[in-house]
Amino acid sequence: MKMKMSLILFFASIMGILSINSYAQVKLTGAGSTFDYPIFSKWFDVYNKMTGVQVNYQSIGSGGGIQQITQGTVDFGASDAPLTEKQMDTFKEKRGTEVIHLPIIIGGEAITYNLPSVGTGLKLDGQTLADIYLGKITKWNDARIKKMNPDKNLPNKAILVTHRSDGSGTTFIFTNYLSKVSPEWAKRVGFSTSVDWPVGLGGKGNEGVSGLVTQTEGTIGYVELAYAVQNKLPYAMMKNSDGNFVNVDFNTVTAAAAGASMNMPKDLRAVITNSSGKNSYPITGFSWIVVPKDIKNYTVAVTLVKLLRWVVTKAQSYAQELSYSPLPEQVQKLDLAKINSITCNGKKLNIK
Amino acid sequence: MSKSNEIIKNYFERDKNKKPFKLIYNLFGNKNLGDLVFEKLTLLFAIFVFILVILMGWEMYSHSTLSIKKFGFGFLTSSTWDPVSQVFGALPVIYGTIVSSLLSLIIAVPLGIAVAVFLAELAPNWLEKPLSFLTELLAGIPSVIYGLWGIFVLVPWVRDVVEPYLQNEFPNSPFFQGAPYGFGMLAAAIILSIMVLPIISSISRDVLKSVPYSQREAAFALGATKWEVTKIVLGNAKSGLFGAIMLGLGRAIGETMAVTMVIGNRPQISASLLDPSYTMASVIANEFTEANSDLYLNALIELALVLFVITIIINILARLLVWSTERKWK
Repeated sequence: MKMKMSLILFFASIMGILSINSYAQVKLTGAGSTFDYPIFSKWFDVYNKMTGVQVNYQSIGSGGGIQQITQGTVDFGASDAPLTEKQMDTFKEKRGTEVIHLPIIIGGEAITYNLPSVGTGLKLDGQTLADIYLGKITKWNDARIKKMNPDKNLPNKAILVTHRSDGSGTTFIFTNYLSKVSPEWAKRVGFSTSVDWPVGLGGKGNEGVSGLVTQTEGTIGYVELAYAVQNKLPYAMMKNSDGNFVNVDFNTVTAAAAGASMNMPKDLRAVITNSSGKNSYPITGFSWIVVPKDIKNYTVAVTLVKLLRWVVTKAQSYAQELSYSPLPEQVQKLDLAKINSITCNGKKLNIK
Repeated sequence: MSKSNEIIKNYFERDKNKKPFKLIYNLFGNKNLGDLVFEKLTLLFAIFVFILVILMGWEMYSHSTLSIKKFGFGFLTSSTWDPVSQVFGALPVIYGTIVSSLLSLIIAVPLGIAVAVFLAELAPNWLEKPLSFLTELLAGIPSVIYGLWGIFVLVPWVRDVVEPYLQNEFPNSPFFQGAPYGFGMLAAAIILSIMVLPIISSISRDVLKSVPYSQREAAFALGATKWEVTKIVLGNAKSGLFGAIMLGLGRAIGETMAVTMVIGNRPQISASLLDPSYTMASVIANEFTEANSDLYLNALIELALVLFVITIIINILARLLVWSTERKWK
């Protein structure tokens, strides 16, 4: 009798523990982009305090993130480059459902250089930048640079090209921009997270590139906007597709996304380099969260949808303090529509 | 022999000709049970290490089949590394790895052995202890710190002092052509030599110390000078010294962080030490996280396999050389 009682008590207590767990400890896991990691830690920390939902994010790089979400070992992936057609096919084959791309934040890239006699604000256009990176323009006082900068004291110095040596979304955006503005670049080099550079030195990470640039006079390189701002590096004004020279800052980067949102593709896989708009800065790009369109587990589906809604709207206000550029309203709306199309085992989720 | 063992033994002894017991008896033989367990257990661990190496090789091979199939032997002889058009050839990075390691040995071996000779043969006691402690301390510094120091101290020095000097002294040498940027093969070799120096010197010191003191006494008794005695000791310690150098080479080949921060990361083969270069370990560390296609990943893993095989070959060669010198001395 005593034995029976204790058994009943034992099971009752286990049930109690289990039921508490299923309410309090909803956990989501994600993996991918290292570029997103600082803002993700901020977001998920705030969200955890607000709702108790725990989000575990491994910043293993975009490639790894795509791989893990394709295999279904995480609830969401994060990537600085959209999935390729082939990757999307593999995803569908493995998961039995389509993949949804959600732009969640925008990054801008500064073209930085080391020319003490010039200071900040050198003017460049895409074609010239591409020719510098192709090794066709080799001197700072080249006629084409001079023409754009009549007021600057350009030295007769060799241009030393630097780039990222590690594979990165930053390189993807930069080379994508060069491919759009220079047919020769598109043909000879193309764009990817790492490419076969015609000239130049490689530095590891933003700190590697800025290390190369600050060390040697005459260098040019590209770094994330946040990095350039925090380290007070000089950066160039770039000519955008409307023909204006624009400085890189949070406003011009967000303007670029707004300009691109007019003709976004349906799946939101838009690479927004060289986008239209008076104030649009041309070297910008989205970072994406990728999730399956149909989610098997109901709890995961509901929690994820709520989190994503928060991320693409209210959470955007944390962007600037961490030197990211927030999504413009138009893109937020497109994101919300996509998020609402997420289903659980084929059924619509009705969440307020 | 303990009592329990006695009992077990007697038990087997009694029945040793019955079929099932015979097998067990043969297996355990005549040994103490504790010794037996000890022996088999350590054997198991030893085999485990061996299996681990085989498994690593197999894993790398099976994850690089795509690129092995596609590029075949051309992977080792082609110089294009283009992730966009998915063409991968490893020759420039294999070259960069081997040349930077060998160059670093050229700098570190004479220095390291000189340090070891001083510490083992010449230094007074009060100086030997702190000096060996300091050289060993160098080995404990994380490589990323060497890398940062490389960017901020070594590279500017190489750019402003070493490279202009070399270009002035040897204006026609193919080894010192091109613009002096600081970042490149020379900076990588220097930083590697600093990193392998403590390994070479501390192992060499231990090797020299293990040469019996009677040898030195005998030589001194015959009227040899300090230099002559040192030569004899060095001769006797040859194989050990060689082993120390090989361990240094092993470290240099696998070093990643510090090298990638100063070498310039450009896959090219150039005679000039001033030009940037690239190593296998650096490519893997740089590109693995963002490799966005299966073939690309396979190519990177094949690179790891090549590095693995080169390391094994070097170790085997080192062993063979050590054996052959040992035999000569016997």
